[in-house]
Amino acid sequence: MSNGDRVSKGLSRLSDLEPGKAAIIQEIDGDDSLASRLMEMGLIDGEEIHCIGRAPMGDPTEYSIRGYRLSLRQAEAKRVILSPSS
Amino acid sequence: MRKTVALLGNPNTGKSSLFNALCGMSARVGNYPGITVEKKVGVLQGANEQIDIVDLPGTYSLAARSADEAVTIDVLCGLQPGESKPDAVVVIADATNLERNLYLLSQVVEVGLPTLLVLNMWDRAVSENHEIKVEELAGRLGIPVLVTTASQKKGVVEVRQAIESLLATPVLPSNLARSTFPQSFLEAAAELQSDLAKQNVQVPLLEVDRMLIDKDGHFQKKFAKQNVGDLERTLRATRDKLAEQGCKIPLFETKFRYAWVRTVLDGINTRPAANTVSSSDKVDRWLTHRWVGMFAFLFLMFSVFQAITILAAWPMDWIETTQGALQGFVEQVVAPGAMRSLINDGIIAGIGAVLIFLPQIIILFFFIAVLEDCGYMARAAFVVDKLMTSIGLSGKSFLPLMSSFACAVPGIMATRTIENTRDRMVTILIAPLMSCSARLPVYVLMVTAFVPADVRYLGGWVTLQGIVLFAMNSVGALVAIPVAFLLRKFVFAGQQGSFLLELHSYKWPSLTVLYQRVWERASAFVTRAGTLIFCTAILVWAAGYFPASHEKLDAAQTQWEALTASQQKILPPDGEEPSEANQAAIDDYQAKIDAQAEIINAEKAELINNSYLAMVGKTIEPVVKPLGWDWKIGVATLASFPAREVIIATLGTIYSLGSGEDESSEGLMEKMRSERWPDGRPVYSIATALSVMVFFALCAQCVSTLMIIQREMNSWKWAAFSFVYMTTLAYIGAWVTYAVTNWLGWAA
Repeated sequence: MSNGDRVSKGLSRLSDLEPGKAAIIQEIDGDDSLASRLMEMGLIDGEEIHCIGRAPMGDPTEYSIRGYRLSLRQAEAKRVILSPSS
Repeated sequence: MRKTVALLGNPNTGKSSLFNALCGMSARVGNYPGITVEKKVGVLQGANEQIDIVDLPGTYSLAARSADEAVTIDVLCGLQPGESKPDAVVVIADATNLERNLYLLSQVVEVGLPTLLVLNMWDRAVSENHEIKVEELAGRLGIPVLVTTASQKKGVVEVRQAIESLLATPVLPSNLARSTFPQSFLEAAAELQSDLAKQNVQVPLLEVDRMLIDKDGHFQKKFAKQNVGDLERTLRATRDKLAEQGCKIPLFETKFRYAWVRTVLDGINTRPAANTVSSSDKVDRWLTHRWVGMFAFLFLMFSVFQAITILAAWPMDWIETTQGALQGFVEQVVAPGAMRSLINDGIIAGIGAVLIFLPQIIILFFFIAVLEDCGYMARAAFVVDKLMTSIGLSGKSFLPLMSSFACAVPGIMATRTIENTRDRMVTILIAPLMSCSARLPVYVLMVTAFVPADVRYLGGWVTLQGIVLFAMNSVGALVAIPVAFLLRKFVFAGQQGSFLLELHSYKWPSLTVLYQRVWERASAFVTRAGTLIFCTAILVWAAGYFPASHEKLDAAQTQWEALTASQQKILPPDGEEPSEANQAAIDDYQAKIDAQAEIINAEKAELINNSYLAMVGKTIEPVVKPLGWDWKIGVATLASFPAREVIIATLGTIYSLGSGEDESSEGLMEKMRSERWPDGRPVYSIATALSVMVFFALCAQCVSTLMIIQREMNSWKWAAFSFVYMTTLAYIGAWVTYAVTNWLGWAA
């Protein structure tokens, strides 16, 4: 549903963030338990997130947020929409 | 009554270190009734009184989605059956990661208990240039705040004093994030609370909040069971109304709480810039590197199993020698007969055969504890997640599965951290395939006895025995791959769970934590060896000793001992040559002794062949023959149904009963090497040894595991399923192994 719509609008997502780059979070897609878990871990709009690097097999990816390290799969990182200005 | 203080915090904040530092080794570990969340209670020796410290599971939030979180909030609210509401709460936070750690605090203070905040890992916060104005933080939060480096016991005395003064003069937290929540939510919650009150259900505000915020959560389910009209519809309507007013359930909560945390920390907490590279990052860059990371992972796992064989050799020798000495002592003080046989062949042989593996188990537990505590385990999950995903599992299954290499019971309990039910079910069902420490004795026995020890590669650092041991430890894991894939595809089909995993900084493992983990697990193993295995050893001994009469054997034995004693008397002193007459007398005695030994051997073989054990064994021999086993291995396997390691004790007893006197000082391995089929071929060849090992790698011979599966999956059906599928796999695996190795000519 909303997932597909937003991809077609060309919103940039955390899953597209390359290692070494940083961006600002705009919002989390959806309101299921994954969305709340992501937000509980501190992925809130306005927060800066850094992509540290990918696992040996390309997935998952290590990020730095609020001064700690978090690992997310591509599928989960897709749920994080980045602010276009970043 | 003794006062109770709850200790909680995010995972990896050093909670175990603080708990140990506060309570010493007084912890009692158990379970909350009806559920499998571990309950750990320790006693804090205060200046005037003893205080119970309840160690709650590590959690990021009180939103109660997992069993761990549900227990945490239930204990805090005094809802856990049989537990009184704690008198105070200690929240432990990682000082280098305050923002996220204070999120949990913001929820905990709303429970309305006197609260103490402990900022742990202070040494690291200082060395990494985190600045925290502790006094101002305490002032803003309205609760006492202390700093500790629990792993070095720094600041622990102050924590103890603060707990005591908090209990003496309780102060409730006053600065609540909830007061910043939107007006619409506060009104809706108050309205729901009074609605429920009208139906005579009194619900504290905190529980109303959670009911409203956590969709299909713990409290919604709990109150839906009570007679409160159509609770679900009411909740849905309230949530919809709130959404119209711009208060999105459940996401608004996290936003408002993090905003509150920001306000609290504003100007009093500065952390190093995000692009600062710490020493932990430098290590991490290599351990999670594209190529190096994978290699490092395999190398680490391989080294652990190599180290076990190399390091354990010395203590194993020592235990074996002690066992021989004990048996020799018994022979001197107890006359031949049922009593001596029971002590030597039943009790000492049984217990010794199991204890000999304690060194290896301690070493394995030690390595797992080191990897867990230093932070590598989370990286290992990160590194292998893609691989695990491809067979339908998740990187989060890695820790439970890795723990299952020590023991499937804690491993299966560790699956609680997997939120996705289907991922969790599959992980539980394959966990017993991981090579647990109870299999290690079986492998070590077979490998040491039948794989040449002098074959070494790479300058002696890699042994053939080590390679076979590593292969055996991997067999179960390899078989688990297709099993997991099939289960996920056909039995637990559905969406994959999520993989949100904190990769906390590397740290030096804390010695106290290592000591305690190894101690807890090793003592559990010894207790088992002392009870379950002991009982089985006695039963097996009895089945091997009766019903035949031992009169003839005992007479021959007495004769043999008398002759040996007489011969000893006429032996010349050490270093002197006997005179000719003397030599003739010695030889005469020797001939008589040998004759008696022959009678003993024949009699022993005869007796064991006519025992109850042999009757059972010979009945099942046709079933195990295709695996290259004789009836003794078959019986030992049957007897090891309660626990795998029992097979060692059983074999020890069987061979001890059936072996000749001149071999009594030799170990089980020697006896197995000299065991023969009726036609004179050795029973044990490499093929048979491999077949036994593969069987034990794949079988479900462990009552504890089956019981924990029943409890975790809440059904006997799955426990039975585990037993049947694993035993089938084990039989087929052993048969194929024997057939292939036999064809290769290794059966000779």
